[in-house]
Amino acid sequence: MKLIMESISENESFARTVVAAYITRLDPTLEELADVKTAVSEAVTNSIIHGYCGKNGEIEIICGIEGKEVTIQVSDKGVGIPDIEKAMEPLYTTKPEWERSGMGFAFMEAFMDVLEVISEVGKGTTVLMRKEIGKEQAE
Amino acid sequence: MQYEVQNHCLIFYISDDLDHYAVTGIREQSDKLIEREHIRHIIFDFSGVGFMDSSGIGLIMGRYKKVMFLGGKAAVTNVGKTVDRIFQLSGLYKIIEKYPTIPEAIEGLQGKEKEGEV
Repeated sequence: MKLIMESISENESFARTVVAAYITRLDPTLEELADVKTAVSEAVTNSIIHGYCGKNGEIEIICGIEGKEVTIQVSDKGVGIPDIEKAMEPLYTTKPEWERSGMGFAFMEAFMDVLEVISEVGKGTTVLMRKEIGKEQAE
Repeated sequence: MQYEVQNHCLIFYISDDLDHYAVTGIREQSDKLIEREHIRHIIFDFSGVGFMDSSGIGLIMGRYKKVMFLGGKAAVTNVGKTVDRIFQLSGLYKIIEKYPTIPEAIEGLQGKEKEGEV
């Protein structure tokens, strides 16, 4: 599944709803569905307010399902992250004036099994996330 | 956005998914009300909220700081399971109180105030 959309705030709910619909075939629990929706919302919001700093741009979401695992990739061609390690620290934010909590990456990490961030200053950022669905029922 | 003011306590009924987009409007409206109505405490009621991301944490923390400077407190009520997980993970409950219902929140916030005055 591939979705390309404008980097506007109204699209945040659209993006997470599309991904949620995409993974319904894995029969996720309500909790898993909420986890994935939150992670997608965080990644897309980051692209909008940090990647493009509120300016126009394109956000690309690519999803795939392999067995019981969903892979979600959120990419932008925005400003990029100079220090990924720092950006991923809980409570760290470059936009305190926008009341960003600095919890975005922490939530992505907590709610997904795998989180990878690839970024280059001036080129953009890609967030790659994986999660196995149905793990909780099996255990 | 629906709200109610009771004895300098602002009750905000959030009725939608709480993301970055929704937060922008609520922030402006609640800050205006805090000033205009001489608000002391603020209660966010989550009855209508099925989804929240970290933008919601920023919203609550921001309003908490505002009322805290005026000697007030912030509370959340009717928090569903999904939102509760986000609050717990963020550590928000260290600074903000959770009550099952609005009347309990009003009583809790104002009760503590009286104790503090003694």
